[in-house]
Order: sequence, then C-alpha cells, then structure tokens
Amino acid sequence: MTLDYLLDAANWSLTSPDGFPQRILEHLGYTFLALAIATAIAFPIGLLIGHTGRGALIAVNLGNAGRALPTLGVLMLALALVGIGLVPVTIALVVLAIPPVLATTYAGVRAVADATVDAARGVGMTEPQIALRVEVPIALPIIIGGLRNASLQVVSTATIAAYAGLGGLGRYLFDGLATLQYDQVVAGAIVLAVLAVAIDLALAGTQRLLVSPGVNGRSTGNRPTTARPAPKLAG
Amino acid sequence: MSDLWSYLATNGGDVLTALVQHIWLALLPVAIAFVLSLPLGALVHRYVPVRHIALTTGSVVYTVPSLALLLLLPGILGTSVLDPLNVVVALTLYSLALLVRTTADGLDAVDPTVLQAATAMGYRPVRRWFAVQLPLAMPVILTGLRVATVANVSMVSIAALVGIGGLGQLFTRGFQLGFYLPPIVLGLVLSVTLAVIADVLIVVLQRGLTPWSRAGAR
Repeated sequence: MTLDYLLDAANWSLTSPDGFPQRILEHLGYTFLALAIATAIAFPIGLLIGHTGRGALIAVNLGNAGRALPTLGVLMLALALVGIGLVPVTIALVVLAIPPVLATTYAGVRAVADATVDAARGVGMTEPQIALRVEVPIALPIIIGGLRNASLQVVSTATIAAYAGLGGLGRYLFDGLATLQYDQVVAGAIVLAVLAVAIDLALAGTQRLLVSPGVNGRSTGNRPTTARPAPKLAG
Repeated sequence: MSDLWSYLATNGGDVLTALVQHIWLALLPVAIAFVLSLPLGALVHRYVPVRHIALTTGSVVYTVPSLALLLLLPGILGTSVLDPLNVVVALTLYSLALLVRTTADGLDAVDPTVLQAATAMGYRPVRRWFAVQLPLAMPVILTGLRVATVANVSMVSIAALVGIGGLGQLFTRGFQLGFYLPPIVLGLVLSVTLAVIADVLIVVLQRGLTPWSRAGAR
C-alpha cells in the first residue's frame, strides 16, 4: 500500500534523524532563514521605492526578471560558485523570495491614497513616520499577501536542499526516487503539501491579528476584501 | 566563456532537444488552461456560489508544491513517474487556478452600462459575449496569461529533478559533472530568454487584439 510509509509510527519518532518531525523542523529552518533574509533585503527597498516613487521601473523589472529565473538553475549556479552547504541553498531560496516581497511592498505602499499621505504630512508627521505609521499599516494586508506567496514558494522549493545534500522533506522525495520506493515519495509529498497549507493558514491568521480593524473593514461592518494569491513562481 | 561555446559545439543537439521539450512542456499547459479558463471564468463571473467554490479550490491547488504534485500525479493518473503527461497536468492545474481568477476579474471589470448599450443595439447574449464583453475583458485576461506563462517557463525546470526533460536537464547535467558551469549558465540564459520572448509575444498579441487601449493612452 502506498501510504504505508506515511502511516508507519516508526517514521514519526521524535528522536530519529530520519523521522518526519526532524525533517519537518529542518525544512522549516531553511524556509524561515530564507524568508527572514529576503524580507530584510526586500522590505526596506520596497518601502523606500513605494514611498518616494523613485526607482519604480527598476523594482518592477527586477521583480519580473526574478520571476523568470528557474530556482533549480540558481541553486546549481550557487553550488558551483560557493560549494556545497547551507549557503548556496539559502541564496537560491532568497532569490526566489525577494521578487514577491519587493513587488507587493512597493505596490501596497504605492496604493495608499495620496490624500491620506498628505493629511499625515499636514498634521506634522516626518517622512519616516508617514512611511512606518501610515503607509505600512494601510498596506499591511497586501504586504502580508506577498509574504504568504513568498513563503509558499520557499516551502515548496526548499525540497532542493536535499538535492544539494542537506536534509528537509526533499530527502523523502529524492531518496524514494533513487531507491524506487514510491511509498516514501508519496509520504514526503503529502507531508510537504500539508505543511505548505498549514503555513499559509498560519500566515492568514497572523494577517487577521496584525492588520488594523480600520484597514480591513472589520470595524465598520464592511466585508473584508480577501487577499488574492499572487502568481506562483518556480517551486 | 570559451567553455560555453565548446560545450554548445559538442552538445548542441542535446541542448536543442531540451529547449524544444521545454517549450512544449511550458506552453501546452498554458494553452489548455487558457481555453478552459474562458468558459470557467464566465461561470465564476456569473454565479456567486460557483465563484466561491472555484476560487477556494484554486487557492488550495496553488498551495500544493509542484514537486509534490508531480510525484503524486502518477499514483492518481496511473502514469509512470517519468511520463511528461504528469508535468502537463500539473502545470495545467496551476495555470487554470490563476487564469480562471483573472478571467473572472476581467469580466467583472467590464462596465455594465456598455453591456446594456450593446443589448439595446440588438446584440444577443452569445454575440454580445464574444463581440463586446470578452474583448473588453481581454487586457486583464492577457495580463494573467503573461504571469502564468512566465511562471510555467521557470517551473518546468523542476521536472528535471524527477527525470523528465526540458532545460532543467542542463542543470542536473551540470550537477552530475561536478558543478560544471557551462550547462548551468546555458540553461539559465535559455530559460530566462524563453520567458522574456513568450512575455513579449503576448504583449504584441495584446496590442493587436485591443487597438483601442492604445488609442486611449495617447
């Protein structure tokens, strides 16, 4: 039966280095590391471009070019240039995550009504205050939407870590393929899909907690607009 | 750089095969999804319950990692793991999830008074849909098509990890040769070039199909 591997309790042991709990933790580790670095790079740049309106063309074109890059190729290039290890895998995943975060931060900040920004300026707020206390809170649903999209892609693509000799859920896929154990492949694929959905739900919950009721319409009884999923990239 | 040319000189045939296969595997799913998304998008635009079901299903499909889907499909379809059909089905599902939404968005954005004017002029529903509603929704629909196409071109590379063809094979080749740069760089350049060409072609198509949008911009 193809679900044997998934349902075998021995594979769920907390201490086994080959068990699902350990592999899931590794997978989450690669994902969060890449997302944190990508956000640290892309969020300030997106905010600056969105606030000043300068360099918008560069942001849009960089975002599009990044989308066209196959992550597997970026990984191989990084492996060839840096050598085996966590660094090339993280580089490939960061390159994957930057375009959605940058594009949505820029677009979200840009979409804040001019009148709102003018009003903030009028009451004496400085430019950094306008950016951080007015534009970011209003753009937050869109920004978190971009983060959700980036995290989906990174979770999906973090399987390539196993191809580069590291751990994570990709191990089940590649080891299973190499040894023709389809039940192992199926188990890895199912756990990966469930993990991706769970992370997306967790971020959707975070969005509800973080976004001000005045922004998403909950306080006025309006129906909140649902975040639309951004385009899927490699992964 | 000279390595690149000598690699191309000795493996030109393989590279060309991979490129052609890549084009097929990336564009066939977009074409299928585009044709299917027009009636489905119309249904989603028209009926609210359908909208809810279709868009939720779409987001869930979107969440499933491509490599996972690629490996689960053989069990569902009864195909072999190496069958390119798995790639076509997987990418069609992803493209469909995206295109149904943008088609519905495009149709939603058509000004209802324009449709009333068309009805008043004697357009029957079917003809009105093809002659008025669809052309006016085209810019939004084609924007979705651009995104789906570029995403597919870069996603097909993943198929090489399972052993299916396409430019991704150049990456795995470089890997097997001990991170030999020429095939890796070649694969990256060809893949990005392909995505850009496909994108530009759709923009040209859009200009041809919607001449009025240029007139308005002037």
